[in-house]
Amino acid sequence: MLNVSDILETISMIEDENLDIRTITMGISLLDCADSDIDRSCEKIYNKILRLAGNLVATGERIEKKYGIPIVNKRVSVTPIAMLLGASGGDPVKYAVTLDKAAKAIGVNFIGGYSALVQKGFSAGDKELIASIPEALAKTDYVCSSINVGSTKAGINMDAVAMMGKVVCETAEMTKDRQCIGAAKLVVFCNAPEDNPFMAGAFHGPGEPDCIINVGVSGPGVVRSALAKMDDRDDLLKVADKIKKTAFKITRMGQLVGSEAAKMLGVPFGIIDLSLAPTPAIGDSVAHILEEIGLEQCGSCGTTAALAMLNDAVKKGGVMASGQVGGLSGAFIPVTEDQGMIDAAHAKSLSVEKLEAMTAVCSVGLDMIVIPGDTPADVISALIADEAAIGMVNSKTTAVRVIPAIGLKEGEELDFGGLLGRGPVMELSRLSPSKMIARGGRIPAPMQSLKN
Amino acid sequence: MKAIITVVGKDMIGIMAKVSNVAAEAQANILEVTQSVLDGYFAMIMLVDLSAMSWDVDELEKALRKNAEGMQIHVMHEDVFTSMHHV
Repeated sequence: MLNVSDILETISMIEDENLDIRTITMGISLLDCADSDIDRSCEKIYNKILRLAGNLVATGERIEKKYGIPIVNKRVSVTPIAMLLGASGGDPVKYAVTLDKAAKAIGVNFIGGYSALVQKGFSAGDKELIASIPEALAKTDYVCSSINVGSTKAGINMDAVAMMGKVVCETAEMTKDRQCIGAAKLVVFCNAPEDNPFMAGAFHGPGEPDCIINVGVSGPGVVRSALAKMDDRDDLLKVADKIKKTAFKITRMGQLVGSEAAKMLGVPFGIIDLSLAPTPAIGDSVAHILEEIGLEQCGSCGTTAALAMLNDAVKKGGVMASGQVGGLSGAFIPVTEDQGMIDAAHAKSLSVEKLEAMTAVCSVGLDMIVIPGDTPADVISALIADEAAIGMVNSKTTAVRVIPAIGLKEGEELDFGGLLGRGPVMELSRLSPSKMIARGGRIPAPMQSLKN
Repeated sequence: MKAIITVVGKDMIGIMAKVSNVAAEAQANILEVTQSVLDGYFAMIMLVDLSAMSWDVDELEKALRKNAEGMQIHVMHEDVFTSMHHV
């Protein structure tokens, strides 16, 4: 039944190829913590998070020991805070400080949900939350923020897009003495999923149940290693098949861990996000998979095609392995978190324009890209609009997480340390989109939205 | 619950004895063993029943590693293998 080569393969995947559970994220609804008194609301939030997630880290460690599988991160995501702010009014940063305090008390390393969903327009709490983001992310360590500015159904809220360009700049500015890290904790989305377990874009959508466990697996190293063992002349169908089978194994591990965590915590198991998420560690790079498929360096012609195949094969394998696949589920291309991408950016093989094309075929967007510190807010807004348009038209999630490197010029590097990695400043077009951004309003929903 | 103990390293006298001794101490019941020696390298895979064991899987692994230094030892829950390799 169990054969020797399977056993050795599994061990090798974990020991040598960086197979791990990237995150267990507990999603917690804070709707029952809403209160017209903001301090009361914060108190209820703190207590609920401690009650439900108090054992999350310990449970993660127990599972790690039981199965011998590393669980790299334990995290929490909450209801978009703008919704609670709408009920209470007051200073939104209080919510951020509360979330940060709770995160520190339970020992998780990020808490996501300082968010607003404004794809169709603004409601109570939204504008105030958005305006508070720079201060909130400067004052806290573990809070992550995300704003959904568009969707296939609603179109793109260009007023929000205009605001977010400025917010990204200010957030970087307020943390310029800390490698502009504020901007690394802020994501602008189109078609944001409500159950994504990965930071910085994780939040617990209003349609989700009261409490849930979502798992993010990962294993770019495993996929690359499987491909490296193939013959150079194996055709792409065979390559896709290999990726599919490998993704199956990776996802099954996530399924095992996720069900166990849910059982131990007494909370329903939500989804597995089977995204291939890289880290800066050697052998853990998505770019290297693309190069293994047969490209001289990530960013060359052929990169988009290779990524499209990879993204699709990962999904097909994963879907067979689990009945509950959700979140983003595809390949991630965060530049600073992927050694292959960092090298390609330094070598100028990879450009923001190429990355934009790649976002059309993979699961995330323009992620962890360091841009010149003097990039005008309008240009960032227009970049967000471009990315949102790709997501809106193709009915997929896209996002922008760029870090203006205040005080740095092209070629210099920001280094966040740890999992957020490092990266060189990448060039962006300096042509002005100001007139378009100043118009504001909404880009209407495309024909694709009329599916009924 | 069952676990798989894998031991890989340079062949030397007493490996099997050392591993079995720790397993006995831990009250782990050895169900099946497969091993091969290839060109001086020893690879052994042991299926053990841990239902009577009072130790943590972690502790078992640590004890095995301490006792058989120089060998690469892993202890993993059976479920990991069955979930990953069977459709």
